[in-house]
Amino acid sequence: MDEQRQPATIGDSAPVIEPGYTFGTVTDKISSIVLTRPTSNGWFLGFGIAFLLTMMMLFAVGYLFVRGVGIWGVTIPIGWGFAIVNFVWWIGIGHAGTLISAILLLLRQSWRNSINRFAEAMTLFAVSAAGLFPLIHVGRPWLAYWLFPYPNTMKVWPQFRSPLVWDVFAVSTYATISLLFWFIGLVPDLATLRDRSTNRAAQIIYGMLALGWRGSARHWHRYETAYLLLAGLATPLVLSVHTVVSFDFAVAIVPGWHTTIFPPYFVAGAIYSGFAMVLMLAIPIRKFYGLEDFITERHLQNSAKVMLATGLIVAYGYAIEGFMGWYSGNRYDAFLLWNRLHGPYAFWYWALLACNIFVPQVLWIRKLRTSPTALFLISGVILVGMWLERFIIVVVSLHRDFLTSSWGMYYPTRWDWMTFIGTIGMFLAAMFLFVRILPMISIFEMRTLLPEAEVKE
Amino acid sequence: MKRTPVYGMMAEFDSAQHLVDAAHRTHEAGYLKIDAYSPFPVEGLAEAIGFHKNSVPLVVLIGGLLGGLSGYALQYWISVVSYPINVGGKPYHSWPAFIVVTFEMTILFGGISAVFGMLALNGLPMPYHPVFNVPRFAFATKDRFFLIVFSTDPKYSPSETRRFLEGLAPRSISEVPS
Repeated sequence: MDEQRQPATIGDSAPVIEPGYTFGTVTDKISSIVLTRPTSNGWFLGFGIAFLLTMMMLFAVGYLFVRGVGIWGVTIPIGWGFAIVNFVWWIGIGHAGTLISAILLLLRQSWRNSINRFAEAMTLFAVSAAGLFPLIHVGRPWLAYWLFPYPNTMKVWPQFRSPLVWDVFAVSTYATISLLFWFIGLVPDLATLRDRSTNRAAQIIYGMLALGWRGSARHWHRYETAYLLLAGLATPLVLSVHTVVSFDFAVAIVPGWHTTIFPPYFVAGAIYSGFAMVLMLAIPIRKFYGLEDFITERHLQNSAKVMLATGLIVAYGYAIEGFMGWYSGNRYDAFLLWNRLHGPYAFWYWALLACNIFVPQVLWIRKLRTSPTALFLISGVILVGMWLERFIIVVVSLHRDFLTSSWGMYYPTRWDWMTFIGTIGMFLAAMFLFVRILPMISIFEMRTLLPEAEVKE
Repeated sequence: MKRTPVYGMMAEFDSAQHLVDAAHRTHEAGYLKIDAYSPFPVEGLAEAIGFHKNSVPLVVLIGGLLGGLSGYALQYWISVVSYPINVGGKPYHSWPAFIVVTFEMTILFGGISAVFGMLALNGLPMPYHPVFNVPRFAFATKDRFFLIVFSTDPKYSPSETRRFLEGLAPRSISEVPS
């Protein structure tokens, strides 16, 4: 990969990897987290809490299967509620992982090498959490396979003019490609773990997963080509996924949904929330596992800059929504704007503007961009803000549409909250397991960043 | 590959630069059946051992085209032939609506062919391989670089090849049992 040949420092910014490391020490430092480091009490505590939350989610979902979606707060006119809010939020979070692993690879941003592995894992787990919601929202999840075109005795087929069917294809393709991208990136590192581990069971398991990788020059050559092509395919894919998610809204004629700004504004929002999640994971991980030499100030700064840029695109989206409410001359659009600012959910709209537009502007200050604590807190605010954005889009547009007689209110129930918080637990539990049993930083890509990897012809 | 008691002669090097230079010299010395092993992709190494033909892009192109065509064909057949439904007066063959799924299927098939095509061309998974018989080879996934001359090479001779490899100043040399 040529992009890794560029010097580790550019200008005066912090290095991508602190000096003084060799192939051996990089390998040992990352693989020892998995192979030799004792599992800390903190890990057990964190995993335990996340696991309990997962159990809570399974309980809520189990009860849902028994009683039906009536236990949720969804009623007509608000038929979409938390399930769709959470679906859009989670799938958006996943986007940063693919952006880091694919788009930054194509743009030759070598700093991605130390965060791409766990960002991809984050994508995978976020997409799993996202995929759960439409499945349990369909009411009869045991028939969810009806979404796919398969020959059946009922002689019916999906309706391909519907964005909801496009979404099935977009999200399942995204999940598949993310899994392949992540696994194929892991193979050489699994071979490292196979050769480094002293435990027989670990040798066999890592050995099976490594597929017999031996680092042959022919293999590397095809591997790099395949990886680059996969990145090239994943780049338009990731942009398409949230575009298609936005079509779920934009193709409908509901005020506030039927707008052409949605695709770019959804994609920017997705990357915005995704980077916030990357930072919320990277900051504690680098601290607890002592990885400050690999995930440096440079990574934090760059992620903060991406958040600042995408946050401004999102702000532009809000501005255009407001402008179109006035400029379109459509009284329903104008009412929607008024209703957002003054209606029953006005507090949450203002909270959304504060979280997504006003607070993140402090990232213009360099000192805050390099402070892990500040970034952690700002990322948390952004994640809340982006969740509120999806809540406003789904609920405020639906609750008061064209006829006053069909107006209503949406009140989430405890089952809604248990399912939502439970998926956060599931996501975190998966992340805890991931950092414990797989190398969370790509070891072979870190080796290529070292000056000794340089070869002159 | 013909089964012989010896799989080849392997030399171990300390740096990527050293390996690339050694691979160049071995190839220039007329050894054709050689391979090199490194813990990360080394630029120019594949060329140094005389490997130029890479069919992965072709596999991905074919996979992507097949995916796109089958995606479009599926939608056309369903919406026009098998299950035509009039939705808001739109034509049965409403191609703009079919683009999204066609696109996603192109990416899906392209991506799957990239991964599985690469693995198939590399002959993976292959849990057992003779090179793993060399104990030092465990460092090929950490910080050591290896060059092997296969015993099937017409120029291969246990003594001559060992002498040649010693001339490349490796860290160690070992015969790889088959």
